Amino acid sequence: MRWMWIDRVVELVPRERLVAVKNISLAEDHLHDHFPEVRDGAGVLVRAALPVMPGSLIIEGMAQTAGILVGHAEGFREKVILAKVTRATLDRDAGPGMTLRYTATLVQQSPQGASTNGLVELLDHAAPDAGWAEIGRVDLMFSHLDQNMAGMEFPEHNFVFSESFRTLLRTSGIPCEF
Amino acid sequence: MTRDEIFEKVQGVLVEALGVDDDEVTPDASLAADLGAESIDFLDIVFQLEQAFGFKIQQGELFPENVTQDPEFVQEGKVTAKGIAALKERLPHINFASLEADPQISRVAKVFTVDALVNFCERKLAAA
Repeated sequence: MRWMWIDRVVELVPRERLVAVKNISLAEDHLHDHFPEVRDGAGVLVRAALPVMPGSLIIEGMAQTAGILVGHAEGFREKVILAKVTRATLDRDAGPGMTLRYTATLVQQSPQGASTNGLVELLDHAAPDAGWAEIGRVDLMFSHLDQNMAGMEFPEHNFVFSESFRTLLRTSGIPCEF
Repeated sequence: MTRDEIFEKVQGVLVEALGVDDDEVTPDASLAADLGAESIDFLDIVFQLEQAFGFKIQQGELFPENVTQDPEFVQEGKVTAKGIAALKERLPHINFASLEADPQISRVAKVFTVDALVNFCERKLAAA
């Protein structure tokens, strides 16, 4: 099972936009290490634990969201690889019991790859009236691995869109025939 | 659009795509050697030039493809006369004089300068 950083695709407009959500759970191990409590040599609490979703994994969540959008545009025939984080800004922490929403928009696509813009929003279930709040932007570039300029060859099997991705698409109600 | 205006737009694209300062983007600067461009940056530059100027760039039109992999064009680590002729024909916006003087394959990247991008855009706009 591959590490999946989105739980469900909630909207797909082919070649245009894909929206996915991620529920953050305290059961996820990484939250216990990011960040654990700190005590001094005498055992006195210096800083209480602060479990927050690592920014790098939020970027990975957007990469998976945008990567599906880019892959879907070509029927998942291309091996779509994250090649560049063009811009990433995150203004607020996301903690357990909150939901992230990733909206990826296709900006440009060519035989060699694609560029996407991404909006990251947060829903705090303790303050549902506040609704979805923008917490960041993540713009990315993807390469179609078999079209690389160096002419390198890779296995024919599409190892990018693996069983985990197919399961995600199927459970999100998106036809998946590859 | 004047050449200075084209240069300013190209400069803006490179500042955005490569994260460099605008005073680093001089006409003679090489995209890879001086401005640190890596392979995916070339696709980013293509995308951003298309957006900035409103024209479409075909695969292999701005940067070469498959020339350095062709054994007829590269032999013993050097670009052959046939290879240089092919590059000049496919990429008329690039000045290959330095590569003709020293045709080592490692020097191919150095001919992709800021000035070459300005030449390319100028030709594309004139042909439109």
